[in-house]
Amino acid sequence: MADLSVSDKIAKRAAQELRSGDVVNLGIGIPTRVTDFVPEDLNIHVHTENGMLEVGPSPAADEVDPNLVNAGKLPVTEKIGASYFHSADSFAMIRGGHVDVAILGALQVDQEGRIANWAIPGQTILGVGGAMDLLVGARKIIVTTTHTTKKGEPKIVDKCTFPLTGDRPADLIITDLCVFKCENGRLTLIELMPGATLEQVKERTTARFEIAVGAKELKP
Amino acid sequence: MSKLKTVEEVLPLIRSGSTLMVGGFGLVGAPLTLIKGLEEHDVRDLTIISNNIGEPGKGLGKLLRDGKIKKAIGSYFTSNPEVGELYNQSRLEVELVPQGTLAERIRAGGAGLGGFYTRTSVGTLLEKGKEKRELNGAVYVLEYPLKADVALIRAHKADELGNLVYYKTARNFNPIMAGAADLVIAEVDEIVPAGSLDPESVVTPHLYVDHIVKATVRIEEVLNNG
Repeated sequence: MADLSVSDKIAKRAAQELRSGDVVNLGIGIPTRVTDFVPEDLNIHVHTENGMLEVGPSPAADEVDPNLVNAGKLPVTEKIGASYFHSADSFAMIRGGHVDVAILGALQVDQEGRIANWAIPGQTILGVGGAMDLLVGARKIIVTTTHTTKKGEPKIVDKCTFPLTGDRPADLIITDLCVFKCENGRLTLIELMPGATLEQVKERTTARFEIAVGAKELKP
Repeated sequence: MSKLKTVEEVLPLIRSGSTLMVGGFGLVGAPLTLIKGLEEHDVRDLTIISNNIGEPGKGLGKLLRDGKIKKAIGSYFTSNPEVGELYNQSRLEVELVPQGTLAERIRAGGAGLGGFYTRTSVGTLLEKGKEKRELNGAVYVLEYPLKADVALIRAHKADELGNLVYYKTARNFNPIMAGAADLVIAEVDEIVPAGSLDPESVVTPHLYVDHIVKATVRIEEVLNNG
């Protein structure tokens, strides 16, 4: 396989967290890429908050239906067993605990695993969308994000400077450098991504974190 | 009396200062024919309840650019940066509502409810000013219903009575908005005789719908031309 982009490496790692039968909601950006790395024999059910269950892969250019899109407004297809529903039903599914896994992007994550992903004060990023509902209702929350911003500033921080999306922490944070587990208000590094070093993670993270004994890929 | 109308017949029902619900997720499922009619219609100071304000210069985004919108109530404006720009210049009022809360407030508006409690937004800036209550060991906020003077919605087919069926993800907010406004105008791709829709497939029963207009603007045209 050709070298994967940074986003695809993160998406590929996130796909490993999914189990057959999971109802999965994917946020905008890297999360949308996750389905490309789900093995064909793993039967997951993709839910999109704009009102569809059993979202299929993106169509060929000549088969695009502009009225069939995901939450990122990108064209998708129907899988066998698909259904459509209105927005209030869609969010009843989300808040009501019927979605097993939500994979979300983040602007920042704090050292308790809480996410900020909906606003940058003073800028034109002004969109909460379904993020707060997903954080409240999905059984498991996985954050996929680059470890730092394009300018190299840490995104896994001691305290979020952007407004929080909720008080519930994520369960897992997957970046291009490592994987953190969030438990009891603490981050634990459980895995380094291929090629990443502990020094890089320490340098580019301002959140306090522990290191799991025997973390995969971790070399002393 | 027939519910079938032309765009010219229904536009005068929309007046300056009105609150409008407008269906759609971005441009998908938005009543683009009625919105285009509003571009030519002399109307100002609208309060728009819609998930987004279209896209820059497209759909509701065109009405925003033309200065016809006073206030936007929705969940996601990042995809039309002009909303954030006008808001930061205090030229537009914005009420940002989590998408599930927005949908449920609209549903509640049509369902005769006085409000509901949700955990969404607890612990965030968006809980500001909301009554909080602990129920079954968790903290919830009280949310109030949303109602509008007019709802502009988009469906796939209507029969002559106003029963509606939808098309794929163009359904989104349309069915719930049909319940929450004093006057409901549905724009549809196709109008069929009463009796030709399978009653089991009807999503919006006709009692919600006041007027039906035939769609003449296709989403492809707006996506490609603006």
